[in-house]
Amino acid sequence: MKTYNDNNRLKISFKLNDELLQKQVKPRQLLSDFLRFDCGMTGTHVGCEHGICGACTILFNNEPVRSCLMLAPQIDNGEITTIEGISENSTYNDLREAFKKYHALQCGYCTPGFLTTIIYLLEKKQHLSDEEIRKKLSGNICRCTGYTGIIKAVKEVMANRFKRSIND
Amino acid sequence: MNKSKTKYVGKNVLRFEDERLLNGNGQYTADINFPGMYHVAFLRSEISHGEIISIDLEEAKKLENVYDIFLYDDLKHISPIISKSNMKKYLPTKQHILCKKRIRYLGEPIAAVVAKNRYIAEDAISLINIELKELEPIIDTINASNETKNFVHPSLKTNVILERTFSQGDIKDVNQNELISIKKIFKMGRKTPLSMEPRSYVCDINKRTNELTLYSSTQVPGIIKDAIMTYLGINGNQITVIAPDVGGGFGGKASLYMEELIVVAIANKLQTPIKWVSDRYEDLLTTSQGFEEIIEAELLLDEKGNFISLNSNVYGDIGAYSIYPWTAALEPMQVAGFLQGPYKIKNFYSNVKCITSNKPPTGPYRGVGRPAAVFVIESLVDMAARKINMNPSQLRLNNIIRKNEQPYKIGSGIVWDKVGFEECLRKALSLIDYDKIKTTKKWEGVGIATYGELTGIGSKISVAPGMPLNTGSETSRLEIDSTGSISATFGIASHGQGLETTLSQVVGDHLGVTPNSIKIKQGNTSLITHGTGTYASRSAALAGGAAIKVSKKARNHILNVASFILNVPKTEIDIEDNLITQKNSNQKLSFPELSRIVYSDMQTLPIKLRKPLIFIESYDPIFGASTTATHIATVKINPETFKIKIKNYVVAEDCGKVINPMIVDGQVQGGVAQGIGAALFEEMKYNENGQLETATLADYLIPNSLDVPEISISHLEDFLPNNIGKFKGMGEGGTIGATGAIANAVSDALKHLNIEITELPITPNKLYTLIKNKEKK
Repeated sequence: MKTYNDNNRLKISFKLNDELLQKQVKPRQLLSDFLRFDCGMTGTHVGCEHGICGACTILFNNEPVRSCLMLAPQIDNGEITTIEGISENSTYNDLREAFKKYHALQCGYCTPGFLTTIIYLLEKKQHLSDEEIRKKLSGNICRCTGYTGIIKAVKEVMANRFKRSIND
Repeated sequence: MNKSKTKYVGKNVLRFEDERLLNGNGQYTADINFPGMYHVAFLRSEISHGEIISIDLEEAKKLENVYDIFLYDDLKHISPIISKSNMKKYLPTKQHILCKKRIRYLGEPIAAVVAKNRYIAEDAISLINIELKELEPIIDTINASNETKNFVHPSLKTNVILERTFSQGDIKDVNQNELISIKKIFKMGRKTPLSMEPRSYVCDINKRTNELTLYSSTQVPGIIKDAIMTYLGINGNQITVIAPDVGGGFGGKASLYMEELIVVAIANKLQTPIKWVSDRYEDLLTTSQGFEEIIEAELLLDEKGNFISLNSNVYGDIGAYSIYPWTAALEPMQVAGFLQGPYKIKNFYSNVKCITSNKPPTGPYRGVGRPAAVFVIESLVDMAARKINMNPSQLRLNNIIRKNEQPYKIGSGIVWDKVGFEECLRKALSLIDYDKIKTTKKWEGVGIATYGELTGIGSKISVAPGMPLNTGSETSRLEIDSTGSISATFGIASHGQGLETTLSQVVGDHLGVTPNSIKIKQGNTSLITHGTGTYASRSAALAGGAAIKVSKKARNHILNVASFILNVPKTEIDIEDNLITQKNSNQKLSFPELSRIVYSDMQTLPIKLRKPLIFIESYDPIFGASTTATHIATVKINPETFKIKIKNYVVAEDCGKVINPMIVDGQVQGGVAQGIGAALFEEMKYNENGQLETATLADYLIPNSLDVPEISISHLEDFLPNNIGKFKGMGEGGTIGATGAIANAVSDALKHLNIEITELPITPNKLYTLIKNKEKK
């Protein structure tokens, strides 16, 4: 019978939102499923499981990755930040307030993925033009907002943070 | 409340939903788990048309941690799903809960595997041996309608399950020789609503009370509860349907799904919680699709540009089954219903056929019928303008139904009333400075689309033609508890629209309290006796109306109580900012004080004023609210790659009284984004073998941040409808106007080649073919 043994486990250690964890993981488990069900981080949303929509974007060693395109064992000795970690970080209050002000979310399903991609951009401390922001966010799909609110929110946060005019 | 004073309606109140969603604390159905929960995965058909010869479950059942596998025979006590209609000549389809023998579309569920987790359930599926007999798939819509032997439902002996003709005036009375004819065949490609959250269902069971709770990513919890009673025989007080945070719907989550019933049936049978979460592939294959039509249309006009007649044949491809509860009539009938748009045309004829095919059922998708209708009529208008060499805006103004001509009944029977067609058109033209941007440049173009829409529909009109379901009323229950806290409960189910915010704005104004002090409860069938959900641009008008009625009733009662407590006439009392005050004095009562006196103080009030502070009102606007918008788009085509870029986009829309401008703008912007998808990118392509060529998001393209420009939006609030809140629906309009505006802009950009767009989406590939074919000639 050609079946997969679901009882195999690998031991991994990793940092999840600044907490050091050790877990037994199934070798074939998607990172997105592992984070959502074994670690309880359901803010990571799964939208396509083939790397297109960006809803499951997390930070892995401070780089944005699709958690649906990684297997759980791959994070051994690595650092993961999910939306739950981001939400505890008051550094990003400005971004959350801008999202509310510019109605940058409707159903909210894509929102954690967008926020994760955006904080990666903010950490690079670059002041991007509208077109550059649009390019950088083109790997995250939103079906509700038509993107305008998201672009405006990012634009305002960048302008305020990097002390340049919003009209640059 | 002073009538002229609205403190919250009309204001950009920030959404109460946002905090939880921004922090990862939203709870979508797939986030919900219960101890001892089993997971279901479905074996689905890999062909579009065929018969099951045999299914061998032996190896699959041997797999460790596979608990059960259900086939049709195991669930045959569930009677076939039949979507009823009052329409004449309608042939309902029978949809079995799992394939019995016949397979009618790609992805149709055949077996439900129950296992410890999804991975194991999918392992088991790969071990099921199934033998199928393939039948010739019925894919082409027109061929399907003419078919005499090969039927999706052989017992019906036809693929045309509904046909209807609309007719007004008599074209025989018109001297056609003196008229100009614009006649084309238009094609609208099949779409999928594609909400970011795939469909998901979790059914919990409480073994102490034997009560079931279905958590469903649905737009219509009330309809699902009723269907569970109908098909599973479970009483409403034994099941609660909860739509928690729902990640978008756009119509795709507004119908009953087999998986939804199966999850409940299995949880009930195995007495354990059951979870099914669709993956994107399943979602693309099986969530209700939309918009597939071929429309032959002819517009006749005189030399001066007066429209004389509009004739059409609509071939609507409704897929394998007549969807529950909306029926096959939903989409194609509304193409004809709205085809005339906002124009005076005395003679109207449309024949509509609803045709089955071996594709997934079509259901509601944002705009329903109207995106195709607007594409057709607005394209015909522009083609006519080119033919008689008239400015397209002038041709529209010549024929548009004006304020003083309303109410106006169009050929399909729809009555336009209190709607600013001309005003929106003029506003949009001035917003974009139309005459100035009109260009003779190659590869650049501008396109207009103006439309009429019926929203917030009451009980006299079914939102789906002929459907025997009351979608025309909504109920609200407002309660003030012993602590003085206020909650208002509704039967709607918000899934991105921000109704928790907008309904609290409405209640806040009419009760005299701040929106953030009100708890809006919705999306839970145990909280309200009847309610259908959120679809058809109805929630603001209907639930908003119920909110006004119930708030007024509560306010009046509170004034009576306060009048007794304060010992002054109620005309001397006001309620504002959560305080009940005696005008021109310092006497005031808070809501907690009022509640204490009503509920806990046995002396102050007479018994009749001590009754619980619970108020219930229903609202039915009886008819609908006519609405309109004009969209104008400018495009630029790259002559090397044929990529179409939208440069500017304006919308002038008439949505009645605006509750929250920020949210209305967001709905318009998001609706236009979906319209851009419908016009330029999105098509569910089934090849002649019945296989889906767009089964990933790399193949079915939806607009990203580079494809959608910022849209300039203007609201007209001068045409208020006859409903209580003066609200018009506006959730779908963005998508409705975009198809026509973009198609016209693209045709205008191709004027140097004399190419007119008659098929959407117009992709770079199709554009390339059109241009090459033209060059060959």
